[in-house]
Amino acid sequence: MNDMNRSQPINERYKAGVIPYKKMGYWDSSYEPKDTDVIALFRITPQEGVEPEEAAAAVAGESSTATWTVVWTDRLTACELYRAKAYRVDPVPNRPNEYFAYIAYDLDLFEPGSIANLTASIIGNVFGFKAVKALRLEDMRIPVAYVKTFDGPPTGIVVERERLDKFGRPLLGATTKPKLGLSGRNYGRVVYEALKGGLDFVKDDENINSQPFMHWRDRFLYCMEAVNRASAATGEVKGHYLNVTAATMEDMYERAEFAKELGSCIVMIDLVIGYTAIQSMSKWARKNNMILHLHRAGHGTYTRQKNHGVSFRVIAKWMRLAGVDHIHAGTIVGKLEGDPNTVQGIYNVLREPHNEVDLPRGIFFEQDWAGLRKVMPVASGGIHAGQMHQLIHYLGEDVVLQFGGGTIGHPMGIQAGATANRVALEAMIQARNEGRDIWNEGPQILERAAKWCAPLRAALEVWKDITFNYASTDTPDFVPTATAAV
Amino acid sequence: MMTNHGSRITQGQFSFLPDLTDEQIIAQLKYALSQGWAINVEFTDDPHPRNTYWEMWGLPMFDLKDPAAILYEINQCRKAYPNHYVRVTAFDSTRGWETPRMSYLVNRPKEEPGFGLWRQECEGRHVRYTVHPYATDAAEGERYR
Repeated sequence: MNDMNRSQPINERYKAGVIPYKKMGYWDSSYEPKDTDVIALFRITPQEGVEPEEAAAAVAGESSTATWTVVWTDRLTACELYRAKAYRVDPVPNRPNEYFAYIAYDLDLFEPGSIANLTASIIGNVFGFKAVKALRLEDMRIPVAYVKTFDGPPTGIVVERERLDKFGRPLLGATTKPKLGLSGRNYGRVVYEALKGGLDFVKDDENINSQPFMHWRDRFLYCMEAVNRASAATGEVKGHYLNVTAATMEDMYERAEFAKELGSCIVMIDLVIGYTAIQSMSKWARKNNMILHLHRAGHGTYTRQKNHGVSFRVIAKWMRLAGVDHIHAGTIVGKLEGDPNTVQGIYNVLREPHNEVDLPRGIFFEQDWAGLRKVMPVASGGIHAGQMHQLIHYLGEDVVLQFGGGTIGHPMGIQAGATANRVALEAMIQARNEGRDIWNEGPQILERAAKWCAPLRAALEVWKDITFNYASTDTPDFVPTATAAV
Repeated sequence: MMTNHGSRITQGQFSFLPDLTDEQIIAQLKYALSQGWAINVEFTDDPHPRNTYWEMWGLPMFDLKDPAAILYEINQCRKAYPNHYVRVTAFDSTRGWETPRMSYLVNRPKEEPGFGLWRQECEGRHVRYTVHPYATDAAEGERYR
């Protein structure tokens, strides 16, 4: 290893006092990452007067073994191995004073199968570090050796589809609205109508837990009545994501057990419960043949701004390892943040067995998922039947399309709203399979189906001009000719 | 009578559309073949949503690549079981899938009575549910006459 401290006498290197991180051994431009290294790509905005290599070395140091000053106790360890190595720094295209820094970590720095431990290192201390003005974790390469220590999704796309007996088209869902305030009895009504009308799933919203207007047991009982009634009314497997998010693990296990006793095929958790709780619920879901839905509540606080935080593609990678079956991952066309390329990059991380470097989509590393099951992405928030061709064009067919307002807000009622979505979906898949150019002919395909389907006609009329065209903040920064890293 | 959309069972990926014509079936077969998937034809008179194993109309047609020849098999099955559910599935054997990628109905009984929902009331307002196809009260082969 071409360690900086090799160039100086070892007694000089460990003399008490403060030396630059670069000189401590956290920068090594000649380092070649091993196949078993974890690699992180940070976007660094150094403080004025701090050169980028020193900032990168500081990030490497603070996210691995370093402290601010020299310590002689390093010499009791194989410290050169345990030091993370910043090995490459590139200016970010068209973003002055921002740099992409590549940092490699030895596998032995991490506990097997623990997202909490991985993240405690990679994002633990370093984001508040004074030497950098801002810092963003853009992407990570997880070595196969580490991937294999995680169980991954308990169900995955393939087995979920087999259990639901639904193939060849996106699944359809909706979130019950209003999100708060309905009693259990009224809430179940919405669930029943939407499922009978043609949706596959209905969903609790992220903040539906156990409030004065509706306690969780009531919600579960009425929702399961609705699910079973709708299943009998259609001959299809139906489901409702029962949100088991609660204050403690004990409460969550109690709620999940009750959902299981009632015969639910799926339960739901929120990202805000934390990585360890997510992994615990994943373990529970695997043990109990339950599909596990994750709502990414809270992520926008740290994923959206491109100069600081953690990119959602990294969260998606962590969640595939931690083991969830569904995760909200963007709609592109809906009301929430979503640059097309960035969202497609996230979908690929969730669904592909192997990711190639794909800079336009924000994927900096080749990633082998080593047989880890695929996560079903969920597109939810401000989408409607009139966008069906765009949704299928951008997102493909292995996705849950969730039309909340677009179902419940239908002028002819909730069943009609669900039917409009299902007819639009099936007509578009049929046309795509027939070789039609749905991107351009989509509106005509919908109009044609609307001729014989009154609910679809009404939906297209009400929402025909609704789009959310705002500039995205989270877009990839790359030079089109740039070559692959690593 | 079923009271949902179309008053019929909505299993399969095209149940909300008008019944597929032979021409439309051929188009879907072509799509499946272009993906390298094998077509399988199955039939049943037990449409319970969790009845996974329908009877197979021969083996999956791994080596048949001619959509017209596959349609012929579908029609033979429909002729033999005019009052059964018949579905076409497309099976993908590639690593990471190894599962059906398409599934749609191409035949149904003339009348579909649907399902009853049986409730066994237990303690604490707990209900055990059973979805029961009315048709399956008769013996296999004697349903949907």
